[in-house]
Amino acid sequence: MEYKLTFDQYQQGLEQEEFSGLQCNACNTLTFPPLGVCRNCGGADLKVTRISGNGTLRTFTVIRVAPEGMKPPYVVAMVELEEGAWVTGNLVGIDPDEADMSLIEKKVKLGSQVVKGDTYSAGDSRVVTFSLIE
Amino acid sequence: MRQVAILGVGMTKFGISEKTNLEMFAEAGLDAITQSNIEPKDIEALYFGNCLGGFEEGQLHMAPFAHSELGLPVAAPATRFEAACATATVATRHAALLVGAGVYDVVLAGGTERATTMGTPLATRTFAMASQAQYECPAGITFPGVFAMAAHMYANKYGIPLKELKRHMAGVAVKNHYHGSMNPKAHFQKEIDVETVLGGMMVADPLQLFDCCPFSDGAAAVVVAEAGRAKDLVKKPIYFAGMGQASAGPLNLQQDLTRIRAREASISQAYSESGLGPDDIDVVELHDCFTIAEILALESFRFYDFGKAYDAATRGETALKGKIVINPSGGLKSKGHPIGATGAAQLTEIVEQLRGESGPRQVEGARVGLVDTLGGDFGTVCNIILRS
Repeated sequence: MEYKLTFDQYQQGLEQEEFSGLQCNACNTLTFPPLGVCRNCGGADLKVTRISGNGTLRTFTVIRVAPEGMKPPYVVAMVELEEGAWVTGNLVGIDPDEADMSLIEKKVKLGSQVVKGDTYSAGDSRVVTFSLIE
Repeated sequence: MRQVAILGVGMTKFGISEKTNLEMFAEAGLDAITQSNIEPKDIEALYFGNCLGGFEEGQLHMAPFAHSELGLPVAAPATRFEAACATATVATRHAALLVGAGVYDVVLAGGTERATTMGTPLATRTFAMASQAQYECPAGITFPGVFAMAAHMYANKYGIPLKELKRHMAGVAVKNHYHGSMNPKAHFQKEIDVETVLGGMMVADPLQLFDCCPFSDGAAAVVVAEAGRAKDLVKKPIYFAGMGQASAGPLNLQQDLTRIRAREASISQAYSESGLGPDDIDVVELHDCFTIAEILALESFRFYDFGKAYDAATRGETALKGKIVINPSGGLKSKGHPIGATGAAQLTEIVEQLRGESGPRQVEGARVGLVDTLGGDFGTVCNIILRS
């Protein structure tokens, strides 16, 4: 079975500000970021689809003790997309020291940014970012 | 399945050690073997836990070397397990499954970790490798960060002001340090107060330093054997009553971090196999890697309703002499958390509690104990219920 939407293809999409996910032809669930099968029914009959890039912030933290190679402080958040899937990424465009509980349930727009690879990773990659919608 | 028991247990002092991973495991393993009144030649397999040996000492494939340190027979296979922080519990569960199935009669299980050789930045990086490498790690997520997000979600979901939740989370740290102050093998043997916790440096909002367990060095091991043999060898074998293990994927699939899907599935298996429920458990060693983690676990086990366990420690319900004693060893928070060894150390505490050997931190009359170990960002949970 050929992997429908590889990490590499997903990354190329992010670079062009296109957020590609997988729509299940059996149950219609959107899987984002990609998996081998539908996250809901496990079906493998999937088609690559473009998502809206809009979502709601569900939780966050400010990382102040970071892994080697990362510069704190920065905000990590989880967002629920309009299409129902959740995604983990970085909240950008705010001062991390201003981050508080009022962020939860705020509307956000997806973007992406490059993260330098380190000795242990498979190279540079793009990570999903979130920006608050005013 | 045949009935299975633990014959003997062993653990090193947890903390910062000058000893190698293998030396620590040899100490713990030989103590467990000696306590079981058997010899290394009687061991038929070694189920060995280690997570980060490659980074700590440049050592992969540690299992056969641990095997040689203990003088186990060449025909006894040594196999490495890695399930992040749940490593040694998963190793022990598989030992018990194979002894139960009649493949082996006597197996040594456990693990070792020497996390402090890495220093905090590299340790934080390598621990984060237990998060998904493509879709989570590049965001710079850390383990405190994962549980911090769970804490924020908990406060929001149940409408608890964050400041109030944090005071009660601090209560968990205070309680576990109190227990750890009575454990000569604990990494920290010092009592702390709520103000100490709330005055600590911020690690990942809202978790401060004393909400977090330390990086530790240490090893622990248990001898798992067929119950018929156990009775001939030791006075007080401790029996496996039920076990569970379950898996969940990346955070984005788990979504609601206040409900640990893998734990709910795992404990359900363990309750079902043992025929026991939350009211039957006398003592618990659970995965308090962060203060919020203990609160979430209490709810997964149905000791408390969802959204109701947050003030259990403050109310004294989970301390020695409380309603349900949680982490009498001091837990990961105070006893320390050498990740590859942690599960076997939790089993060691429960075995000693059920034998009545825990001295000042003995839970009076304990007959049934629960071990809970969580690996990664809620990706693996393994539960073992033991009885005397």
